[in-house]
Amino acid sequence: MSHLPILPVLLPMIVGAVLLLLRGSMDFKRGVGLIATFLQIPLAILLLLRASEGTLVYALGNWMPPFGIVLVVDRLSALMLLITAVLAFCALLYAIRGDDAAGRNFHPLFQFQLMGITGAFLTGDLFNLFVFFEILLISSYALLLHGAGSARVRAGLHYVLLNLTGSALFLIAVGTLYGVLGTLNMADLAVRVGQLSAEDQPLVGAAGMLLLVVFGLKTAIFPLYFWLPRAYSSASAPVAALFAIMTKVGLYSILRVYTLIFGEQANTLAHMVNDWLWPLALMTLALGAIGSLAAATLTGLVAYLVVLSVGTMLAGLAIGTPEALRATLFYLMHSTWITGALFLFSGVLQRVRGPRFAARLVAGPALPYPMLLGGIFFLAAMSIVGMPPLSGFIGKLLLLSAAGMGHLAAWLYPVVLGSGLLALIALSRAGTTLFWRQTEVSASAEPLDALRMTAVLLLLLASPLLVVFAEPVLTYLAATADQLLQPQNYIDAVFPTATEASP
Amino acid sequence: MELMFALLIGLLTSCGVFLLLRARTFPVVVGLTLIGYAVNLFLFSMGRIDEAVPAVLGEHIDYADPLPQALVLTAIVIGFAMTAFALVLSLRAQGELDSDHVDGKGDR
Repeated sequence: MSHLPILPVLLPMIVGAVLLLLRGSMDFKRGVGLIATFLQIPLAILLLLRASEGTLVYALGNWMPPFGIVLVVDRLSALMLLITAVLAFCALLYAIRGDDAAGRNFHPLFQFQLMGITGAFLTGDLFNLFVFFEILLISSYALLLHGAGSARVRAGLHYVLLNLTGSALFLIAVGTLYGVLGTLNMADLAVRVGQLSAEDQPLVGAAGMLLLVVFGLKTAIFPLYFWLPRAYSSASAPVAALFAIMTKVGLYSILRVYTLIFGEQANTLAHMVNDWLWPLALMTLALGAIGSLAAATLTGLVAYLVVLSVGTMLAGLAIGTPEALRATLFYLMHSTWITGALFLFSGVLQRVRGPRFAARLVAGPALPYPMLLGGIFFLAAMSIVGMPPLSGFIGKLLLLSAAGMGHLAAWLYPVVLGSGLLALIALSRAGTTLFWRQTEVSASAEPLDALRMTAVLLLLLASPLLVVFAEPVLTYLAATADQLLQPQNYIDAVFPTATEASP
Repeated sequence: MELMFALLIGLLTSCGVFLLLRARTFPVVVGLTLIGYAVNLFLFSMGRIDEAVPAVLGEHIDYADPLPQALVLTAIVIGFAMTAFALVLSLRAQGELDSDHVDGKGDR
């Protein structure tokens, strides 16, 4: 058995622990953290290639499922790992220019956060998913408060308390599922949900809906998103950029749980959340767009764009056809990287404008390199709004065409296009204020930092690259969507001898 | 036994929810702790409530389900860490914002 699947979890765990104990200089820690984070990228690519050939299953300690805990790398997990690795590397590249020195233990926390995220993407066990959620949450609490200030403490308090409540709900759902079904292995759960007696179905359905509340809180779905703009806009730039993947962890969990456990084979419980997700997705979209119009800072604006992208992806999930899932996954890649780039870019801008103006959308001092900065902002804004020829356009086009011609399209077209327009207005207003309107003040600002700009550009480069390589990417994503909609493959991979072994 | 257990969980949860909605950091943290207790008891009971049944030791035909116990242990450890963090953060908020309101405003 190859030990490859566990490496993305072990690597940050060991490096994080070592970094915590080391008393070396800051530069040394930066180097170690950067190398460890960079190694995630080739690891993820390797896993991606392996997963394209067939789903990998890794039984921890060689305890066979359903008794032991398994890690499962299928196409979706591998893709999420790659997205995380690229984003984390760029965020860390930005952070080593000084943001990591604002408080203590930035680098160990960053690694632990990475460990929680990769673990959540890899695990094939529901309780283990809870544990990894807690790992990524507790490090995210500390990262959010890193280099504190009163705004961060206030947003952090909400974030922590809400997520603690969410964890309690998660445990109740997990407990109910275990009480009725007697297992927590996801593949085993999927099998047993299919064999459920009629009187137990409502109970399992209730647990399933409770899980939706928990994942909805992490994903920032409509009634549960209010913590997000405050938390994200008050976090420091590299942390906010890394948090761009956090909502996707919730989205991944929704995808995994409701295509696998409550997938095709689940009788009356099959696809039970789609009808709920649809109106919630449209509400999230609309409110994200309105929020972005009302934002008073650039970071707040980008935080609402995260909400907007969550709504767009949920709409694809709710439609649930292979085409819609493919569009969702493409949009997920695009929006994670581009919102990450926008968070980093607003960090650059805050430093260039000085502490007095920071990210506030008011006329400030004249900027150095106005063409470069303005051009980057323009590209990122066009990409995130979904203007051709950049990647957001392809994502939205695929999603709209997946809606078909029926009543789904009648709802989806106006909401997606309307919210796109509102986001475009918000971004153009922000751009004109930031780059064209100037006041006569001498800026007490830092010069432009080359490494920080490199991090922004690397992430932003994803947008044209996704367009140029759209063909192979979409082929992979189409296979991923098919794989997701056939949970039997996943079950067979986890239980290769299930048909022989069962009495 | 089952009824008492269920009532106890219900009581703990309702007290926890009530305290959680108080909007002051100290009651909120206590409320979260109470909800944590209720959840742990609930998880524990998911292995079925039996009386006088041994753990998985020896060669008994009946034994208590060990998995929920393991889950509860994990949940207790995580809950303890999270509560400690929430407490420290509340103290920090009290110092930084000069108020124990969860929004950091309102009367003292």
